Amino acid sequence: MGKRVGMEVSIAAAEAVKQCNVDVISAYPITPQTHIVEKLSELVANGELDAEFFCVESEHSALSVCVGAAAAGARAFTCTSSQGLALMSEITFIASGLRLPMLMILANRTLSAPLSIWNDHSDAMMIRDCGWIQFFVENGQEVYDHVFISYRLGEDPSVLFPVIINMDGFILSHVIEPIELIEQEKIDQFLPPYQPLYRLHPDRPITMGAYALPSIFMETKKAQEVALRSSIPKILETWKAFGEMTGRYYSPVETYKAEDAETLLVTMGSFGETASVAVDRMRKEGRAVGLVKIRLWRPFPFEAFKRATLHAKQLVVIDRAISVGACGPVASEIKAALYGEPVRPSIYNFVAGISGRDVAPSDFIKMVDKAEVEIEEGNREGFELYGVRE
Amino acid sequence: MTETLNVFAVRTLTQKEYFAPGHRSCQGCGEALAVRLVLKALGRNVIIANATGCMEIVSSPLPFTSWRVPWIHVAFENTAAVASGIEAALKVLMRKGRIPKKKIVTLAMAGDGGTADIGIQALSGALERGHDFIYVCTDNEAYMNTGIQRSSSTPFGASTTTSPAGRMKMGQITWKKNMAAIAAAHNIPYVATACPSYPIDLVQKVRKAAEIPGPAYIHILSVCPTGWRSAPELSIKLGRLAVETGIFPLYEVEYGRYHLSIDFPKLKPVKEYIKLQGRFRHLTDEMIEEIQDRTQREYEILRERMKRGF
Repeated sequence: MGKRVGMEVSIAAAEAVKQCNVDVISAYPITPQTHIVEKLSELVANGELDAEFFCVESEHSALSVCVGAAAAGARAFTCTSSQGLALMSEITFIASGLRLPMLMILANRTLSAPLSIWNDHSDAMMIRDCGWIQFFVENGQEVYDHVFISYRLGEDPSVLFPVIINMDGFILSHVIEPIELIEQEKIDQFLPPYQPLYRLHPDRPITMGAYALPSIFMETKKAQEVALRSSIPKILETWKAFGEMTGRYYSPVETYKAEDAETLLVTMGSFGETASVAVDRMRKEGRAVGLVKIRLWRPFPFEAFKRATLHAKQLVVIDRAISVGACGPVASEIKAALYGEPVRPSIYNFVAGISGRDVAPSDFIKMVDKAEVEIEEGNREGFELYGVRE
Repeated sequence: MTETLNVFAVRTLTQKEYFAPGHRSCQGCGEALAVRLVLKALGRNVIIANATGCMEIVSSPLPFTSWRVPWIHVAFENTAAVASGIEAALKVLMRKGRIPKKKIVTLAMAGDGGTADIGIQALSGALERGHDFIYVCTDNEAYMNTGIQRSSSTPFGASTTTSPAGRMKMGQITWKKNMAAIAAAHNIPYVATACPSYPIDLVQKVRKAAEIPGPAYIHILSVCPTGWRSAPELSIKLGRLAVETGIFPLYEVEYGRYHLSIDFPKLKPVKEYIKLQGRFRHLTDEMIEEIQDRTQREYEILRERMKRGF
């Protein structure tokens, strides 16, 4: 058992990055990501981490530096939020197209306008289709653990994808939680130094980032698509290996009191812990309510999600972002995932807690109440923004 | 004329080609020639980060490549940042003993659009951070790859598809951005201008840039017959005329000290340079006179700087 220490989640994240012995760090400060880069700067300045650290002039360059570094065979790290991600979004698509492993921690924050530093998932949803492996974690321990998991996974020669860990800004990034740290010897075994299949080096010249005409573009895109989809077994394997090392086992979709539930709450990120409190309260009242938490967002775990939800009568999907003019992005994903099933649950979608609006256990209960009534009355595909003052 | 500007000494260069023949550049492309010479100057121990643009498009149609050295293209505006990452990776991986220690030059290459316009922020950042790399801007004075649109490096008066000569406007109405001066303002160890019409001078500057630790910036005028509406066989001559008229003086700024690579007691009239190019065809004598005056004035400033040494 590792040492259990109370620490800010951002600091724990930085400690994990240090334990991965990363080679190149490149970032630009943006709230609420700042504590991670501040801590990493400190670790490098004190000689606790031997890495090249660059505070670059923009997020666009932050990710570009990581791309160059990863192409030359280094283990690279960046982190950002919101507008910063928007600025680097161009390069997110290129990093995955070039199949360069690296890690980005995204301290999720609202996209402007209006400007807001608080938390929601609108930044993550903007780059939903960028081709990275994307996790949404629920607490500080998961952030810490997934740093190791992400590097080992992304650098696997059968995977070779960059990875994003989404953690809710402030709600996770700025809170102090008990974190069970892992001994360095264990990490060194779990995560050996990065051995790239290909790297930019004069001894074996290669061309990276060639352009493709229509006659060959689709083939390259299909190769990428097949590779990302096929990474699911490797993701499961990596989680299993991690579980064997630490006793903490993760899965693409986690359930809580869901087996016999008629109504299932569906959440992503830090909503999960609050929703589980709400589930406990409702269970006490004898209501058959459970919880399904999506941890793996891309590649989307269709099979695991179906296994976890198809028995339910209704799903109450809580999105922390809105696709303006449509509905919550998680809900639309789920509707698409279940559409082909002969018998499928009704799906009621709430968009809640955007821009950091607090969502308490009682709010989850209210949403379940509302959804159950609406569905009973025949509104099987409802969508609304929860908690708006009118 | 000094020995380094002697065109015949080009035979002393290596016969090895690192930028392979068979690429798809236009006839008479000054940029392809510049890149070929830059690579001859550096040899095999180099890694290139190339911006989107002509050079990227003519050299890398999947699954082919013209590059016999490691090469990466990521995007348009971030070449200096990608090169920063490569340089950092080489440094740290050698320090940690994960790759053998040896001198590998990191070379960033971009056109004038990728440098003076969209890439200037990333370039400024990389120069300020002090990475040990060479940045080469191959300046053909417009967005040639997308079809001859004006950039901030397009000279006054030039007609492009977005600064066309019309009844109200006589082509580009702004003066060329002075990128070499902007690079020099970062107080980096080495800045130079070059032109493939002076191949030995170009090669020596690239070698010097590689030897000097820290960032180096080389601005290379690259004649573009397609965009300049000039005869392909005149590319070398046009490059020479650009220098001889003072339109594009060859100089170095080494640790802040200016040095003219070639100084002409009397400059040729700019008209000799202008009259060979269709992009200037519409210019009136008054406009040519204006260009002549400004060219002379700027050349004098450069000469004074050289005398002063800074």
